[in-house]
Amino acid sequence: MRTFWQRFLGNPRVVAGLAWLGLVLLVALFAPLLAPVDPFEIAADPFLKPSAEHPFGTDSLGRSMWAGLVHGSRTTLIIAVVATLASVAFGTAVGAVAGYFGGLVDDVLMRLTEFFQTIPSFIFAIVLVAILAPSATSLVVAIAVVSWPPITRVVRGEVLSVRSREFVQAAVLAGQDDLAILFRQVLPNTLSPLIVTGSLLVATAILIESALSFLGLGAPNLMSWGFMVGAGRSFLRDAWWLVTIPGIAILLTVLSINLVGEGLNDALNPRLADL
Amino acid sequence: MSEPVLSIEELRVALPSWSDRELAVDGVSLSIRRNEILCVVGESGSGKSVMAKAVLGLLPAPHVRVTGGRIVFEGQDLVGASEDQMRAVRGERISMIFQEPMVALNPLMKVGRQIDEVFQIHTDFTAQQRHDRVVDLFADVHLPEPDRIVGSYPHELSGGQRQRVMIAMALALEPSLIIADEPTTALDVTTQAQILTLMKELQGKHGTAVLFITHDFGVVAEIADRVVVMRQGRLVEAGDTQALLRAPQQDYTRALVAAVPSLHPRHAVNEEPPAPVLQLKGLVKTYGGRASLFGGHSRTVRAVREVSLEVPRGHSLALVGESGSGKSTLARCVVGLESPDGGQILLDGEDIAGLTRKQLKPYRHLVQMVFQDPFASLNPRQRVGDIIALGPRLRGVRRDEAWEKARELLGLVGLQPDAASRYPHEFSGGQRQRIGIARALAVEPKLILADEPVSALDVSVQKQVLDLLDELRQRLHLSMLFITHDLRVAAHVCEDIVVMREGEIVERGSTREIFANPRHEYTRQLLDSVPGKQWDH
Repeated sequence: MRTFWQRFLGNPRVVAGLAWLGLVLLVALFAPLLAPVDPFEIAADPFLKPSAEHPFGTDSLGRSMWAGLVHGSRTTLIIAVVATLASVAFGTAVGAVAGYFGGLVDDVLMRLTEFFQTIPSFIFAIVLVAILAPSATSLVVAIAVVSWPPITRVVRGEVLSVRSREFVQAAVLAGQDDLAILFRQVLPNTLSPLIVTGSLLVATAILIESALSFLGLGAPNLMSWGFMVGAGRSFLRDAWWLVTIPGIAILLTVLSINLVGEGLNDALNPRLADL
Repeated sequence: MSEPVLSIEELRVALPSWSDRELAVDGVSLSIRRNEILCVVGESGSGKSVMAKAVLGLLPAPHVRVTGGRIVFEGQDLVGASEDQMRAVRGERISMIFQEPMVALNPLMKVGRQIDEVFQIHTDFTAQQRHDRVVDLFADVHLPEPDRIVGSYPHELSGGQRQRVMIAMALALEPSLIIADEPTTALDVTTQAQILTLMKELQGKHGTAVLFITHDFGVVAEIADRVVVMRQGRLVEAGDTQALLRAPQQDYTRALVAAVPSLHPRHAVNEEPPAPVLQLKGLVKTYGGRASLFGGHSRTVRAVREVSLEVPRGHSLALVGESGSGKSTLARCVVGLESPDGGQILLDGEDIAGLTRKQLKPYRHLVQMVFQDPFASLNPRQRVGDIIALGPRLRGVRRDEAWEKARELLGLVGLQPDAASRYPHEFSGGQRQRIGIARALAVEPKLILADEPVSALDVSVQKQVLDLLDELRQRLHLSMLFITHDLRVAAHVCEDIVVMREGEIVERGSTREIFANPRHEYTRQLLDSVPGKQWDH
């Protein structure tokens, strides 16, 4: 049997996805070096085509598209990753408690989860940002609030199945208390589906963040890819690069995350992938 | 001597490159004649099921495939036959009976309709003719009220009835060969005995050849005309059942035959029994009746009804019963995984019935449990040492001391002490069960409760684990409550037996007494159902 890493890295789609994500990560890390300017600063004449001096051209106000992309990658990644971590943490806590304790606790928590699931998530996110006033924090909150229910369902299902296994009963017999059993015995065995769902959630978070920024509900004073698409959309026919370049960046990043997520799933559940 | 119906010649089946061995089946040759039952016996991983699938052309290609040899069925070589040819052979000329009828039957289709479909595809009977044939078949397999069962869904039937439906389906087109893959393994002992009798009867009536795959020598003794023993893809020994069981030629076969526990009780009770370490008085446990938040009452099941028993100190008591007898529920009450609804559980004289989990804590170390499934009972993400050390650690022992103790215990149960730093998946089923035993011993319990501890293990390992438990019990002066459906197991390790049915005790006594002179009718039935009893060695 090949090891997890052999299966994971032997998959060409995973390698392609990781390559692009690695590039984006490097760009985000070294943004101040790659584009040592304020992305909102006017750099040249408006609507300059991509050239040697301005690799991706300039936008309707003469801001450098390159600087926008580079700094935008930071905003997009940070907001998406923080929002995902928050929703995974909250979703896992709710799902684990519901699945482990069952009964009335489960009923109440799952009805609550379903309540959140029934609200169309993007509209809900818009409402939340509008109420909280647009800022990086409210973006994170809005994205996290609309994306935890699927995590809860995955974790609850896994906890339900793991909890009934005999090693959990053995821990009860040894005298371990519920919280310790949940954290030491049960949750470590739910990690693989959680990692897969969580990694795919990052892609969704990027899409929501971009869409909110596109609508002008993004964080003010923070350049982001969605904002760039939104700002350039009226000039699509005259200056194609304003919309196309950040759009492609979003597309490739979301695609890469999905490829890596699928690859994780195949590598963690080898039987499904082989047969 | 008639032409063989099926002859397999030098069959080789390759496994995918990442498996632990190259060939699942390595140069096996055998043949089956008309009106003959050939048993293929082997432990898990012997390649017996893969061979059966190869005959039916059901191997999971392209990873597992036939790489050599011939499978000649009624003069036609099935290796290399096209998918269309295979489809004509499958079902019409060869049919299959699976281990788990609940999985093999479509749960959304009435059972009569599922057989009707077979006739629809393979014959040009009218609807009335098909219906009559189905009812005839159901009568043939002795299903009660065949007219009614035709309209039942699989879940409405019992396990034995479902397997009868599967047999009816297998016989529908009068095939010349039936392949049965562990068809009675999932059934209760008494049901198993009935199904074996039925298969023998029908096979004689129709003159069908049967390839019967099993791991159980008792079943072999009961049903086979000839036997083939397989190990790791190779054929070890073949011969007539009587000859092979009485005088096996190969060491491996000898070991397998010797590994079947004898029905002669080993332990006798001589003196007055010592004081009980565990006493149950009028224990009651009822399930159900609880309403959920959104309504709907569940049916109440009285799993344990007023059961009283005692386990004398240093003794081993077998709690014998079939599925649904309440024996596992009773065990869960004793170890405190379930709270009984009534009665007393006296552990060393103190009543622990109805205590909360916190209140139970000081008593936990007195009773420990060995679980049934060695693959589910060890946390795959923890090292063996941590698994064993958990109990002592929670009782305040330092980590390095607890690990030292774990290593000692691993030695005691016959494993290398350095196994402590490895993970459970590196061990075989039998080794895992030894780890489970070490864990149970770690807190120095007075009573070990073993819930079917060997039923998930291979035959040759079963006896080793039983012997280990027996030896440890005597060496450490433990008492044991042994839950099992298998009277052979009970005879091997227990002084006393309690027989349960539907939540009640129907008979109790010393193992010798009960085997020699069963008083209750159900006990007699259980004893009669033990496969291969007349062959007992």
